Amino acid sequence: MKISVKYDLNITCKTILKEQLDKLDIPHLLHGTGEIEIKRAISDEEMQELFNNLNAYGIYVLNDQKTVLVQRIKNTINEMLEDDQLKSQKVSEYLADKLNYSYTYLSNLFSETTYTSIENFVILRKVDHAKDLMADTDLTLTEIAYRLNYSSVAHLSGQFKKITGLTPTKFQEILERRRGTRIQQTI
Amino acid sequence: MNKFPSNSGKQILNVALADDDEDDRLFFQEAIEDISIRTKLSLLSDGQELMDYLNLPNIILPNLIFLDLNMPIKNGMQCLKEIRSNPKLNDVCIAIYSTSCSENDIEETFVNGANVYLNKPNNFSKLRDSIEKVLQINWQYHTSNLNRDNFLLRL
Repeated sequence: MKISVKYDLNITCKTILKEQLDKLDIPHLLHGTGEIEIKRAISDEEMQELFNNLNAYGIYVLNDQKTVLVQRIKNTINEMLEDDQLKSQKVSEYLADKLNYSYTYLSNLFSETTYTSIENFVILRKVDHAKDLMADTDLTLTEIAYRLNYSSVAHLSGQFKKITGLTPTKFQEILERRRGTRIQQTI
Repeated sequence: MNKFPSNSGKQILNVALADDDEDDRLFFQEAIEDISIRTKLSLLSDGQELMDYLNLPNIILPNLIFLDLNMPIKNGMQCLKEIRSNPKLNDVCIAIYSTSCSENDIEETFVNGANVYLNKPNNFSKLRDSIEKVLQINWQYHTSNLNRDNFLLRL
């Protein structure tokens, strides 16, 4: 005997999701776009169990992996910028090597998720580091440029101006005046 | 609680604009809708309205406020000072959005805690590009561990 069936995939998936979430007693709300809102804190074990159960149905938590990878890219960049030995390496080669993905893949994923290219992020991060050093230490611009592996003060100043729209000197002046007003307020 | 870290590309950035000029508000709205970063925009027509809005109970605070300087009832500078003296609003980034190019105005707003100073551009595509740049950098400050105390940007 043969019977024919017709199914609505949307309903199928929603029913599976609901059953699996209910099975683990996870209160939730299903949004139409494949997003699930979890209504309480769940432990990593529960999450892992849920992911495994869903995987059996061919349902994968997609975004998670992407977000995790983007975070790993960022962490690796931070690590590079803080390590004297790694500073002079090429970011693209180091990332591909460390994370085991082609740089093209990483670079596309990064831009797609963060609206910024990896190159831009590296510059942003470096300038942020420079700002911290300007704000919290007595290092001169020359010393900061050297520390952050800029070829010259002019290079640092140029990049700083491009990212912040301000010269390093103006930036320092503003921070100092900010501190001044804060101290006045607390007195 | 949302424990699935959703694709950050899908998160929505909450943005507020306080500007008393209706044309400027519409212009801004059109420009921000033209950008690929997903935003939810709240429009306020003067400083007092903005402060009332920020003080609503249960409000989802904006991540970023664009603030005109010249406004009736309460001007942008007063708003800036009030916002910066309210610890509840610590995480909100403030972008001054003004026609003034006076170096003095610019510096004063930064000293009083503004993060961005954006001169109102005189054509649509420039406005769109400027807003996009502000949102992109602001996005990084919300999603990466950059030091927000030192977030200054002049456009």
